[in-house]
Amino acid sequence: MTPGMQTAGLSPLDRPNSYIGKAVPRPNLERLLEGRGQYVSDITLPRMVHAVFVRSPHAHARIVGIDVTEAKTMSGVIAVVTGAELAKVITPWVGVLSHLKGLKSAPQHAIAVDRACWQGEAVAAVLATSRALAEDAAEHVVVEYEPLPVVTNVRTALDPATPIIHAELGDNLAFERKIDAGAVDDAFKRSDKIVDVEFIFGRHTGVTLEPRSIVADWAPGDRRMTVYLGNQAPHMVQNIVAKHLDLEEAQVRVLCKDVGGSFGVKVHIYADEMATCALSKLLRRPVKFVADRVESFNTDIHARDHICRGRIGVSHDGTINVFEIDDLTGVGPYSMYPRTSAVEANQVIILIGGPYTTPNYRGRTRVVFQNKNVMSQYRGVGHPIACSITEGLVDLAAQAIGMDPVEIRRRNMVRDDAYPCDSPTGLKFEALSHHASLDKLVAMMRYDDLRAEQVKLRKQGIYRGIGIASFIEVTNPGAAFYGVGGARISSQDGVAVRLDAAGTVICQTSVTEQGQGSESMTAQIVASAIGVSMEKVRVILGDTDNTPYGGGTWASRGTGIAGEAALQAAKVLRGNILATAAAILQGKPDDFDIVDGMIVDAHGQQRIELNELTRIAYFRPDTLPPGFQPELMATRHYVPRQYPFAFTNGVQASWLEVDVITGKVKLLKHWVVEDCGTIINPQLVDEQIRGGVVQGLGAALFEHCIYDETGQLTNANMADYLVPMATEMPDIEVGHQISPTLESELGAKGAGEAGAAGAAACVSNAVNDALSPFGVTITEIPLTPRLILTALGRI
Amino acid sequence: MIAPVPIALTVNHERVEALVLPRLNLADFLRDHLSLTGTHVGCEHGVCGACTVRVNGDIVRSCLILAIQAENATVETIEGLSDSGEIADLQSAFHQRNALQCGFCTPAMLMAAQDLLLTNPDPDRDQIREHLSGNYCRCTGYHAIVDAVESTAHARLERAG
Ligand code: FES
Ligand code: FES
Repeated sequence: MTPGMQTAGLSPLDRPNSYIGKAVPRPNLERLLEGRGQYVSDITLPRMVHAVFVRSPHAHARIVGIDVTEAKTMSGVIAVVTGAELAKVITPWVGVLSHLKGLKSAPQHAIAVDRACWQGEAVAAVLATSRALAEDAAEHVVVEYEPLPVVTNVRTALDPATPIIHAELGDNLAFERKIDAGAVDDAFKRSDKIVDVEFIFGRHTGVTLEPRSIVADWAPGDRRMTVYLGNQAPHMVQNIVAKHLDLEEAQVRVLCKDVGGSFGVKVHIYADEMATCALSKLLRRPVKFVADRVESFNTDIHARDHICRGRIGVSHDGTINVFEIDDLTGVGPYSMYPRTSAVEANQVIILIGGPYTTPNYRGRTRVVFQNKNVMSQYRGVGHPIACSITEGLVDLAAQAIGMDPVEIRRRNMVRDDAYPCDSPTGLKFEALSHHASLDKLVAMMRYDDLRAEQVKLRKQGIYRGIGIASFIEVTNPGAAFYGVGGARISSQDGVAVRLDAAGTVICQTSVTEQGQGSESMTAQIVASAIGVSMEKVRVILGDTDNTPYGGGTWASRGTGIAGEAALQAAKVLRGNILATAAAILQGKPDDFDIVDGMIVDAHGQQRIELNELTRIAYFRPDTLPPGFQPELMATRHYVPRQYPFAFTNGVQASWLEVDVITGKVKLLKHWVVEDCGTIINPQLVDEQIRGGVVQGLGAALFEHCIYDETGQLTNANMADYLVPMATEMPDIEVGHQISPTLESELGAKGAGEAGAAGAAACVSNAVNDALSPFGVTITEIPLTPRLILTALGRI
Repeated sequence: MIAPVPIALTVNHERVEALVLPRLNLADFLRDHLSLTGTHVGCEHGVCGACTVRVNGDIVRSCLILAIQAENATVETIEGLSDSGEIADLQSAFHQRNALQCGFCTPAMLMAAQDLLLTNPDPDRDQIREHLSGNYCRCTGYHAIVDAVESTAHARLERAG
């Protein structure tokens, strides 16, 4: 292949030494492997003090008085600050978005001022020279509470007899949305079978291994606030900190470096983090806050907690005629700021029935306030609920008409050649691959053999089940998610690349890294597009002072959006390098190519190394032709505009065994086939899928924030809140279909949430399949032994 | 408050003497007094395993023992195991297999994996999963970690002939 051909026709990504599609190891992991990372919890600054929050033991109470006299005299204590005092330096916020019509919430303070609305809400802060001393003093802050009536049960939250949490809002309804598409009543009438069940999804939470951590450093001399935060969206944080602390955005620098897990938990900014920034400004010195595990359970966003009635109408030939849902979810006392607490419900209602051609759909979702911890976006946002309801109903419909679960899906999924097309709810699908994905899954898992094995084992009293769940996933969101609703959360990303004087590439990107591999993805794209080895690319991210403006890493957008910006920036830089080479070598840019850091000519002859080119450009520009100025830096921004989201699809399967004596579920194997378009690094994609699957498996079997009727979280520790550990988890096989988006040159869609989207649905379906000889159907998660034994009538 | 007491111990082959409060746990001592921040703290109540270190050759949860209990002990942390090269092959296998994402569980996971391989050089996948079951990882789903430990075991067996 001649260089001329490459530059004229083929994308640089297709060149022989391209890193695209290669499972290269992530750069710069030695730091983490040797325990030499720098997580926020590791940071210490001169004169830094530690904040500990006194938190309400009541789910709802008026704060009558706070006596800090004794606490202030204790060893090491620098200050004790109440909500009212802090409110002088930080303004409250209201977590609404204008495009979520009707969404309402009440003003929330960084520290509660006169009322605590959930158990765990901060009511005062103690600052001391060490965390331990601050904790000692916190025990001596005397808060007098007047308990108020609590709202905990979502089913009765809207009853006239139930107290209203925020009187000024008029009721406990935060948000409601209805959809009515096609002819639903007719479709039910002509259905041969109708299944009508209630699904229950427990509340669970992210349990990042590193708890939320922040160091806020207000430097009065510079009049600048530097915030070290484990967060996915630094520019969002910059905007919010500035806005509520009466600063200009330019006065706030947010640094998000090593982060011990995020998963959406750390895409938000929390009241205690805002309080930490305000405390730093108040005290004019650095303040550190690291949540302990109990605080994490009480204050990290929770998710799910839906009760949803679902109906499906099906004909004997397997045609699914109609879906209908009525969903209810409780989100705590405030809608989370700034991304709100209505997005999950909104996703649920739009995603129901996603993989299927069924034109008739009616849905309602209601989001209510309650006196429990706040709820908001956590990995998968609505997808696991929508998938569990849809796929649960499809399996029950198959059972009702005596059809195999794979067969009913084949008969109803949107055909692979039907794209582009719209869903009944108006979702725009560019290119999906439900049938090819299902075919691949069936082959990978040897479906027929497993069915045979299942039958054989049943005769021996061993109850195994197969569960399948297909799904669609929202990725690469444009402004439709937040920007149109008035939130200053960028949907575009920016990447700057420059060739430095030593001939290496420095790349600054607005995407962030929490372990997904953003750095590797960026380096692979940039290195391939320019024509250098990955070792020659250094990626800088997670710093508002030193990266272009952009959204960060969330909603499965990093590769599809920031990856495309990286490609476009690198292509411009490559062009500029070739122009410089042409100037030096007295030819035309098209005559040259960059291969492995070397300028080569049309005959493949090596001409000069990049570090020779940069030597001339930076130190001997006097030798260049008059008027020629090398521009060895380029910046590009990108956001998809044609489609509001790039939908992806996938299908998962679970093979498990239910012990009908103990009620325990043993996961034996899990399979996933997903389609995220162009794959940059297959190993990283597979590991995103596996990690997401295990989060979904945890939700299916173990994870549950258990509140009592007074709003007390009864299991706020890792001994009582069970998370998936290695021995309970199966091996997970991952396969791919590839339908690139044509909207970008890269063609990549997101993959970060596909695992979480379908895993719980498969497990529920597999448990019901295993228990089918007993005529038992369970539509609730987590599927604890107690739940299973109760369903079996054994306890 | 009870006054600080003197302790003397060996950490990563260095002699350490310090004055510590009796209530100080070993994890906080390593992190806050010695700046050995590779030992992570995930729960402070003995469940997540992130704080795993070696004390006198055995892996322990450093959030569950007090610094004063380590009097005269030999303590090894991830920094020590990295500098000595003892687990270089395991670290490289984790790197190649992407057996870490955020990396917060990784130092302790490596400690636990090395502990297994020292006592059972040829574990099967179930045994690996069993041995690592005291170490929580939220990111990876464990599969890649099991792969990395398995491949290290095989490579070591091959090298041993
Ligand atoms: S921090 Fe020690 S076990 Fe979790
Ligand atoms: S890699 Fe993040 S917790 Fe294991």
